[in-house]
Amino acid sequence: MTALLMQSPITLRRTLAPTLSIISCVLALTTQTVAAAVHEVRAGDSIQTAVKAASPGDEVVVYPGTYSETVYIDKDNITLRGVVQDGEWPTLEGNKQLNDAILYSGNGFSVEWFKITHYKGNAIMGQAGNNFSIRNNWIIDTGVYGIFPEFGENGLIENNVLSGIEDAAIYVGMCDNVDVRNNRVFNNVAGIEIENSRHALVEGNIAHNNTGGILVFITPGLPIKTSYDAIIRRNTVIDNNTPNFAIPGSLVASIPAGTGMLVLAGDDVVIEDNIISGNNTAGIIVTSQDFATDVAGDPESDPNPDRVQIRDNLMYDNGNDPVTDVKALMLTQFSTKGPDILAYKAAADAERGSCVSQKSAYRTYGLDEWAECDRVTVRAADAVASAVAPPSTSRAVASKMLAVAAEPRVITVDASGAELVYQGICAGCHTRNIRMIGPPVLAIQAQYGNDAEAVARYIAAPTKKRPDFPSMPPQDHLSEAMRLEVARYMLSLSR
Amino acid sequence: MDWLARLTLNLIRTLLLYWVLAAPGLAGAGDAPAITLSSHCPPALRLDADGKCRLVNRYQQYRSLYDQGVGGLKTGLPPWRDGFSPQQIDLGRLLFFDPLLSSTQTVACSSCHDPALGFSDGRSRSAGITGETTQRGAPSLWNVSFLQRLKWDGGADSLEQQLQGPLYSPIEMGNTPTVLLQRLQGNGQYSELFELVYGKEVITLEQIYSALVAFESSLISLNSRYDLYAHGVHDALNEQEIAGMNVFRSFVARCAECHTPPLFTNQQIAVLGVPERNGQPLDPGAQAVSGDPSQRGGFRVPSLRNVTLTAPYMHAGNFTALKDAVTFYTRGRGHGVPPHEDLKLHWHIWNPELTDAEIANIVAFLGTLTDQSFLPTIPKHLPSGLAPGRAEHQAPTVATHNNKLGVAP
Repeated sequence: MTALLMQSPITLRRTLAPTLSIISCVLALTTQTVAAAVHEVRAGDSIQTAVKAASPGDEVVVYPGTYSETVYIDKDNITLRGVVQDGEWPTLEGNKQLNDAILYSGNGFSVEWFKITHYKGNAIMGQAGNNFSIRNNWIIDTGVYGIFPEFGENGLIENNVLSGIEDAAIYVGMCDNVDVRNNRVFNNVAGIEIENSRHALVEGNIAHNNTGGILVFITPGLPIKTSYDAIIRRNTVIDNNTPNFAIPGSLVASIPAGTGMLVLAGDDVVIEDNIISGNNTAGIIVTSQDFATDVAGDPESDPNPDRVQIRDNLMYDNGNDPVTDVKALMLTQFSTKGPDILAYKAAADAERGSCVSQKSAYRTYGLDEWAECDRVTVRAADAVASAVAPPSTSRAVASKMLAVAAEPRVITVDASGAELVYQGICAGCHTRNIRMIGPPVLAIQAQYGNDAEAVARYIAAPTKKRPDFPSMPPQDHLSEAMRLEVARYMLSLSR
Repeated sequence: MDWLARLTLNLIRTLLLYWVLAAPGLAGAGDAPAITLSSHCPPALRLDADGKCRLVNRYQQYRSLYDQGVGGLKTGLPPWRDGFSPQQIDLGRLLFFDPLLSSTQTVACSSCHDPALGFSDGRSRSAGITGETTQRGAPSLWNVSFLQRLKWDGGADSLEQQLQGPLYSPIEMGNTPTVLLQRLQGNGQYSELFELVYGKEVITLEQIYSALVAFESSLISLNSRYDLYAHGVHDALNEQEIAGMNVFRSFVARCAECHTPPLFTNQQIAVLGVPERNGQPLDPGAQAVSGDPSQRGGFRVPSLRNVTLTAPYMHAGNFTALKDAVTFYTRGRGHGVPPHEDLKLHWHIWNPELTDAEIANIVAFLGTLTDQSFLPTIPKHLPSGLAPGRAEHQAPTVATHNNKLGVAP
C-alpha cells in the first residue's frame, strides 16, 4: 500500500524531471529579460490546465465561454485575465455543485474580468497569498463569500460587482494592508466585511440593498485576534434593508436588517465622508462582541471597539423601520425611528475614546459620552492634489497597501537553505556517525571526499550501492543547484 | 609492534565488556548494561554553538502573520520549544518509556503515547494503572512542540503543566511527587544520568519535567508528501489527493479554516457538537476549565498531522474511522447535540452537503500528512530494568513511511 502510494509520483517525476528542471533553470536565468508567456484558454479548454503549464510571471488569458471548474493557483506571480468580447464574458459556472471557483495561495496573484456564478463556497478565495489584485470581476450568487482573501498581506480589491451572496460579498479575513475600492455590492447579507484585519482602506464603494452594508469585526475564536486601523471613506451606503438570509449559525446571521455600517469590537476605525441613507434600523452601529450572542467566548479577544471616529458623514433618512431591539432603545428617547448612529453596549463608554463630528446633526443613541471630533471644512482649494490635508482626518491617506510588496517566500539556494533541506529531509536517514536508515555521514564523507558534484548526481537518481542498506529515494524534487548545495553541506558537516 | 598493541587493546576491550555484562550488581538495577546518553540531537534538530538542539526546518524560511503559524502552503511555523541539550532529550526519552514513573511501575508515558500508534494508543479513552478508563483519548504527541495550549480542553498552557496531569492522576500513572523523586533518586543509573545532564545536585521535579518536555519537543513531523507539495513540488500529490486538498481548503468543507496549515490546527477552542459515544453524558470540555458556559462542549482543535495513525477520532474516540470523523461535518449543524443542550456551535459547523467522492478525497488527502521519518528509537534497556511501556493493542512496530522521502521497499 505504502509502496504503491510512493511509486506513482516518483515514476511520473522521473520522466518529467529533467525537462522541468531545464525549463525552470532557463526561466530562473531569464525572467529578468524575457517577456512572460501568455497561455490562451478558449471555450472548451480547461483553465486549470493552462495554470499548470504556466510559470511564475505568466498570464493565463481566458476568452468568452463557460468554464465549470475549480481553478487553484499554488505558484507565485500568475495573472488570470478574462477577455470580454462584445459583452460576452468568460464565465466560471459552478452549477451549484462545485465548491469554489478560484483558490489561490501563491504570492502576486491577479485575477480580473471574470463572471463567476453558482458556486457553493466562494468565488475567489485566497489562503496566505500576498500582493494580490482582484479587479473587475462580476460575481453573482456564489454561495458563502464572493471575494475572500484570508491570511494575505498587501492586496487590492477594486471595481468588482457582487450580488446574491449569503454571507459577505467582499470579506477581508485575517489580512493586513488591503484596499477595497470602487466596488458595487448589493443584495447580499453583508456587503463588505473587514474582519480580524489591520490597515484596511474601504473607499468609494457602493453598498446597497444588503442586510448590512459595511462591517468591521473582531470575531472571537480566530487565531489572529485584532482588527484595527481601518478607514471607511467616501462610500455610498444606502437602503441596506434586505431581510437577513444568512445560514443559521453564521456570524452575520445576527446582523439586523437595515444596518448601514456595523463596527463590532474593531479598533481605530475612521468612518469619514460617506453618504449613508435609507438604512431602516440604523446608519452606523458601533458595538461590542456581546452584540452577537451565538458565539463561544474567547478570553484572548478584546470585545470592545476602541477609538472609533465618525467624521463628516452625510446621513439622512435612516431608521425608518428599526428592528425590535433598536426600536425599544429609541423609545426610551421618545423616538419611534432608529438612529443615524447607535453606540451600543460597551461602545457607549467614554473610556473607549471614540469621537463623532457634528453630533447634533444626527439622531443618535449612546453617544452621550463620546467626544466631539474636530471638524475640518474642506474648501475647493483643499481638493487640489498638492494641498496638504489636515492630519486629524484620514483624507491624506491615499492607500493602506504596502509601499514595497510583501517579500517573496522562497527557500534560498545557498548554505542556509541547504541546511534547512538537509535537516528537513536527509537527517531522517543519515546521522553523523551512527547507522540509521542510511549510512552515517562520516562514511559518505570518507567515500566522496570533497566531490559534491558526485553526491549531487547520486541523490538525483540513487542506485543501490551498499548491500546492507535499503536504497535511497530520489531527491530530484530539489533543483540541481539546491542538490549541489545540500551535497556540499553534507560533505562539510562536522558535528 | 602495531599488531601487538592492537591485539592487546582488543583483548582489554573484550574483557572489559565481559566484566560489565557479566559482573553481578555493577550496573545498578539488575544486570542491564550501562546506559549512555546521546550527544547528538535528534534528526529534526541541530546542535548550536552553545550545545543546544535547535529546530531546523524549511518552513523557517517563510513568515506567518503575527507569527501565529496559520495560513496556506508557504506559511511559517508558530512558536516552538527547543534549546535543550542532546543529553537532556535522550534522558527524557528514557523517562518517557519507563514505567518506573507510575506508582505501580506498570504504566509509562509511552503506554498511552506509543510511537507505533502515532504517539497515541488506539483506544477511545485511555486507561492507566487501575484499568479504569479516563475521560478522553490520548492525543498524539507529534509536533506538540508547537502547541500553545494542551489537553483536549485546552486546560494546560505548557508541556510541563500538561504532563503533571497524567503523572499524578490516580487513574492514569497514579504517582505522587514524593514517590516519583524517591524512585529516581534511589536508582543508581538515573542518579548518574541526571547528574550528567543537570550537574551534581539531588534530582528535582523540574529536572524530570524538563527532560520529558525536551524529548516531546523533538517529535517533529513536517516532512510529509503534503509538505513537498507545499514547498513547491507539485507532483508529490496525485490527482485524487489534490482534489481532496481543494475540498479540504474550500469554503464548503472549510476544514482548513480551523485545521490550518502548516500545522493543520489554528490552536483555538471550537464547539463542534460531536455526539458522545454509547450514550455517555456530554463532555463539557473547555467550559470545565474556563467556567464560561459559552465554551460548553468546546475542545482544542487538534493537528491533523499523522492523523491516519491515530484512530479512533475526536476527544473520546467518538468515531472509529477517519471517514466517519470527516462525515460528521456533513451531517448537519447540531445533529449530535442532545436536545436539552444549548451549545454555541462554531460558525463553520454547517451542512456542506459533501458528496461521498469528496469525503473519500479528503480522506486521501489526509493520508498525505503522514510522516514518521523522525520517529525516535524505543530504548532497548531502561535504567529501571523494566520493559518500555507500550500500548496494549499494538500495531506492527515497523515504521510506515507513507512518504517518498522514506525508505523505498
